[in-house]
Amino acid sequence: MSTPKTLYDKIWDAHIVHSDPDGTCLLYIDRHLVHEVTSPQAFEGLRLSGRKVRAPEKTIAVPDHNVPTTENRDDGIDNEESRIQVEALDKNAKDFGVNYYPVSDIRQGIVHIVGPEQGWTLPGMTVVCGDSHTATHGAFGALAHGIGTSEVEHVLATQTLIQKKSKNMKVEITGKLRPGVTAKDITLAVIGETGTAGGTGYVIEYCGQAIRELSMEGRMTVCNMAIEGGARAGLIAPDEKTYEYCKGRPHSPKGTSWEMAVAYWKTLFSDEGASFDKEVTIKGEDIAPLVTWGTSPEDVLPITAAVPDPASFSGGKVEAVRRSLEYMGLQAGQKLSEIEIDTVFIGSCTNGRIEDLRAASEILKGKKIKKGMRAMVVPGSGLVRMQAEEEGIAEIFREAGFEWRLAGCSMCLAMNPDQLEEGERCASTSNRNFEGRQGYRGRTHLVSPAMAAAAAITGKLTDVREIQ
Amino acid sequence: MEKFEKLSGVAAPMPLVNIDTDMIIPKVFLKTIKRSGLGVNLFDEMRYDREGNEKPDFVLNKPQYRDAKILVAGDNFGCGSSREHAPWAIADFGIKCVISTSFADIFYNNCFKNGILPLVLPEDAVDTLMKDAGKGANSIIEVDLENQTIVSSDGEIFRFDVDPFKKHCLLNGLDDIGLTMEKENHITAYESKASQQFPWA
Repeated sequence: MSTPKTLYDKIWDAHIVHSDPDGTCLLYIDRHLVHEVTSPQAFEGLRLSGRKVRAPEKTIAVPDHNVPTTENRDDGIDNEESRIQVEALDKNAKDFGVNYYPVSDIRQGIVHIVGPEQGWTLPGMTVVCGDSHTATHGAFGALAHGIGTSEVEHVLATQTLIQKKSKNMKVEITGKLRPGVTAKDITLAVIGETGTAGGTGYVIEYCGQAIRELSMEGRMTVCNMAIEGGARAGLIAPDEKTYEYCKGRPHSPKGTSWEMAVAYWKTLFSDEGASFDKEVTIKGEDIAPLVTWGTSPEDVLPITAAVPDPASFSGGKVEAVRRSLEYMGLQAGQKLSEIEIDTVFIGSCTNGRIEDLRAASEILKGKKIKKGMRAMVVPGSGLVRMQAEEEGIAEIFREAGFEWRLAGCSMCLAMNPDQLEEGERCASTSNRNFEGRQGYRGRTHLVSPAMAAAAAITGKLTDVREIQ
Repeated sequence: MEKFEKLSGVAAPMPLVNIDTDMIIPKVFLKTIKRSGLGVNLFDEMRYDREGNEKPDFVLNKPQYRDAKILVAGDNFGCGSSREHAPWAIADFGIKCVISTSFADIFYNNCFKNGILPLVLPEDAVDTLMKDAGKGANSIIEVDLENQTIVSSDGEIFRFDVDPFKKHCLLNGLDDIGLTMEKENHITAYESKASQQFPWA
């Protein structure tokens, strides 16, 4: 019998173009997603060397980071640099003949939401993008990770990447989640457990009952933040839910090709007895609704906890925590549920899908946000927005006092006009609470969509279980 | 790409852990469509106040570190966003080597594409070099890629590991794309096989 393989081993082996004796491999890339921020220098490099895009049919471009999310965006982008960057992508997509969803297209949105939505992302594929949150696509059992701009150029020119294999890590979430606990809490709980560097050098496979019971949207949320734990990629083995999600999408296979694909996808799981270099197990029932209190995603605690004392940490983390608390304007011992906020952001590639908007709207139904609160919901794509309009979700948000925006990355990284002002404090469904991430000296608390909605109502970080 | 063989220079100490790429180069500078000119904005929010004045207590603003060629940093350096603007800014400032106990994967790879050598050393070695860097302008650290050694200003020698392929590319300033293009027949063969095996891809 052959050696048992992990899911990662299987996808890796199926994409080796060439391998050197030292283990350096040339890996074939099935889907290359491109956005406007990390690609202009790569296309310029192709031009300078007279190279073409090797597989334009496997390359998908969409502007998302810089695009305004206000209704008047068809009038153009005010910020000149942002406009130039989006125009550069318009031109590059046209000149090099890649698939393109411009700002004016209803299908435009955050690249990691558009890829799966259009059926570009499929199980067993290799997917890369000049964006660390490419890990999202691992929810389909695709090996997906972020790359730098030099590698973007390499993939454009050769449809391959030079890689060395990472180690295998298994993260099992056993049992069931408690009410009020979501995929976002799972992924934050894992980072809290392993730390932001715990996954460095690994590809994580998430498994266990709590993962199986998640929808595809939830699985995308979990894999999205694998990178915040240091892992380049997160994976979840495909199952019936995965096939169901993929079926009938514009670029997913049809007819006999579909049958053939599903037959192959059913072989994509870690074999019994496959070896992992590291294993982490978390009980689903032990996970509470979580919030971050610091400036690293590992700075996470249950909403019922208090801000920790820097002295309770060790090594370099003591100074990092002291610096975080100063930046965040928090005191050790302060209850997390007493932290007042002034801004709520619901959206991003972590939590900008239909299920996320549904979860937040459930909490908001028939309620108003706190007076003076700035609350914004930014659907992850034009199609998510349209669906939310059809389901009456948009109306619930508007009634509650939320701004209902057009699709884009928005305040997740504030490259467009959606930004925090100095000292503003935001309950955010995004993925990074780094210093300055949402605006110069802005303060970010990462939460699930339901927790963000609860905070919008009360004006402070709130245990969503008390709202329900 | 510029070759990296030997480097000798002042090292700046940044003991903070989890220095992320948003700190290294904040998002407002990602709107460029060029690779050059980012050095002036390296660590922008830590280095300047809102009016653009230098913060005198930030390490790279101190007279002894203004020409630093090496950075000694806390654990998990370069975490977060994949932005290659981070190594572009570091190289443009003049720093060609970063030493830490660990690096985030994407940043680590990006360094090698830009003539920067990221070095992982054990905690006690990083502690020693951090202290050495703290001595300022007279403390010259030497890095020798060919022999895989670092020599502190006191003459203490540390050996480091580096992937042989990455070392080869850095020593010779090789362009990855050119190397891969030499294997084009393998790519074509793979595509032909995959079109049978995975026609939907």
